[in-house]
Amino acid sequence: MVVAGRANNALYVYALNKRAQQLGLHRGQPLANARAMIENLPVVPADEKADLTLLDAVADWCDRFTPLVSVDAPDGLLLDITGAAHLFGGEAAMLRHVRAKIAAQGFAIQAAIAGTSLCARALARYANGTIAASGEDRAAIAPLPIAALDCGEDKLRALKRAGLKTIAQVAERGRAELTARLGMNFLTRLHVMMGAEEKPLAPRRPLPDLSAAHRFAEPVTTQDVIGKSLHSLSVALAEALERQGQGLRLLEAVFFRADGKVQRIAIRTGAPLRDPDVMLRLLNQRLDALADPLDPGFGFDLIRLEARIAEETHPAEASFDADENARWQIAYLADRLSARFGEHRVQRFVPQDTHIPEAQSVAVPAQDRDFDGAWMRKRRENDPPLRPLRMLEKPEEIQFVAASVPDGPPARFQWRACSHDVVRAEGPERIALDWWREDPRKRLIPSSERLRRIKLKLLPDPVPPSRDYFRVETRAGMRFWVYRDGQHLHNDLAARWYLHGIFA
Amino acid sequence: MNKSEKLADLRHFLAHYSLPPDRPAIPLGLPAADALLGGGLRRGAAHEVFANDWGASGFAACLAIQAAQSKPLFWIRPDYEALEYGALSATGLLELGGDPRNLFLLRAPNAADALSATADILACPHVGAVVLELCGAPRILDLVASRRLTLLAEESGVTLFVLREGAAPEPSAAVTRWQVKSLASDPHDDDWGSPRFHARLTRHRLGNLGDFTLQWDSEYGLFHQAAAHSGAVVSASADRPVEAPLRQRA
Repeated sequence: MVVAGRANNALYVYALNKRAQQLGLHRGQPLANARAMIENLPVVPADEKADLTLLDAVADWCDRFTPLVSVDAPDGLLLDITGAAHLFGGEAAMLRHVRAKIAAQGFAIQAAIAGTSLCARALARYANGTIAASGEDRAAIAPLPIAALDCGEDKLRALKRAGLKTIAQVAERGRAELTARLGMNFLTRLHVMMGAEEKPLAPRRPLPDLSAAHRFAEPVTTQDVIGKSLHSLSVALAEALERQGQGLRLLEAVFFRADGKVQRIAIRTGAPLRDPDVMLRLLNQRLDALADPLDPGFGFDLIRLEARIAEETHPAEASFDADENARWQIAYLADRLSARFGEHRVQRFVPQDTHIPEAQSVAVPAQDRDFDGAWMRKRRENDPPLRPLRMLEKPEEIQFVAASVPDGPPARFQWRACSHDVVRAEGPERIALDWWREDPRKRLIPSSERLRRIKLKLLPDPVPPSRDYFRVETRAGMRFWVYRDGQHLHNDLAARWYLHGIFA
Repeated sequence: MNKSEKLADLRHFLAHYSLPPDRPAIPLGLPAADALLGGGLRRGAAHEVFANDWGASGFAACLAIQAAQSKPLFWIRPDYEALEYGALSATGLLELGGDPRNLFLLRAPNAADALSATADILACPHVGAVVLELCGAPRILDLVASRRLTLLAEESGVTLFVLREGAAPEPSAAVTRWQVKSLASDPHDDDWGSPRFHARLTRHRLGNLGDFTLQWDSEYGLFHQAAAHSGAVVSASADRPVEAPLRQRA
């Protein structure tokens, strides 16, 4: 059986099983050739996206060995096991362990350990199972065929034409010669493969500052055990934080299921935290609030708590000051609410330096304490409020507007099927766009209007759009904030009016 | 002293009997109203504000600003509320004399979550005031739920204002219930536009009922007596559309 992929608009063999290999097919072969060689060849189309997702899932699972996992698409994973091998009883034992675990899940695996990622990669593909002892990368990789260099068709052809068959033969050639023929990149690659310094791996996820993990001999399923283990982990993590004088701002609990699935639960906190009880309570709250609850399946064999972001705590935060305590309690309340409802649902407001009414204050997650700004009041002393308490998320067009004087305030209008008589009005207050911004137009014109105008191609650029706002009071005593879109002045269109806010 | 006055006196006495000394009432600023309420709105209790039109959220905001002072003010609303009635604006609150730095907004996915979040927030004594905004009559807000919120508020001393839009009054454990609509500005006032309300106290567990016209003073954070407006505005009913109670439609 073969899997067919598409490249340059032609089908080729993307992957094949052992039987197909025995019949003389090989990877990269045009599919038509393969079909000519074998009658009734079963072909399955390649699904590269699904392959990548699967590889990602495997990478997630490999997180149990080391936090430094990086994906080497389309079919490789690179694990930086520096300082992690001894946890599994040495490199040889670890390699055995990884191979057994992955093979048990039904994957065919080739693996190797070496001093640099490129070297390990070549060894895994061409000398499966090798462990290059430290400093012996060169010796390990020397006998491999040049294909292991993985340097592209044309360079491979050039090497072949020069009569070079193994990496050792290539390495013997002079530096200048190789650079002249194959370029500097090739030479660096060769050196790294032979054990020279390389750039560190780019991990898939940022590394946690601190972490504590429980490995279980038997997968655990009961809520009770999971709860207990979370408790002891949070105590351990808290101790580690205490030693470093830090508190965490982002906590992540990672549950590794025995069948390979990995679930992550992240919790942000508004203030650096290192109280294990609080950690546990936040965790439990989030676990309770999960839409699809934590599913242990056949059990978790590893649970890990990670302090993804840790910050220095300041001694002041442990003070007995009443104000300080109140502030801390409020931050904790915001944390709990955020853990339950999601951080985007618990908000505070940050002032912005702009005149555009809807952009003047921005709602940000309450846990982001780092914003600050000065709130500027619009009204002068003893003035009535000049900005409405409620603003419609999108200004609503009002109909049947009758203005008593041209360019004046509306005398009556209809909004949401109710008509309103205006008895008092103040305005206009013209608010123009921030014309110095990139495309401020987008911010101000309601989108349906924008679309219509684009369709009709009525847009005589560049007119800075503006709005004329009026504060009006109706006969019934309601106070609204309405505006006339400034566009009509330039387009000879009928004026369009919108209701934007409601005063108290 | 007639019977009803005596009763009212007794009720005041009872109301303050169990009040901790560090929980002063929240004065409205209007002498008549404060006298009736026994010094002001009871702190650490639930108060209901029923909307008759768009003015009620302003009234609730004013009360909450006054109750919270410099402590955090939590405003809780279910998601759909903002689409229908507009989102709470921090600049608007600033103009009313509130401090946006102390404002927390909680957007709950539904009424049930809004109630449970309210319970959580009420349990924290460092919160100044909570406004729970609900539209319609969610089935989950029954007498038990309202009693629970009241008990929590009593324990922590946090004052809860339940803002009800498009809803008819129903039994609850709130101490006061207000029916609020906005009031036109004084025709002789050049600086028109201050928040003015006609607030009817339709339920008061600790005293008599009343009917007030109030004007909010954003500068001092207090209500004043609003001058009754001249007949000219009210009587012109001939050309005026039938007043549709806007918020009842929801």
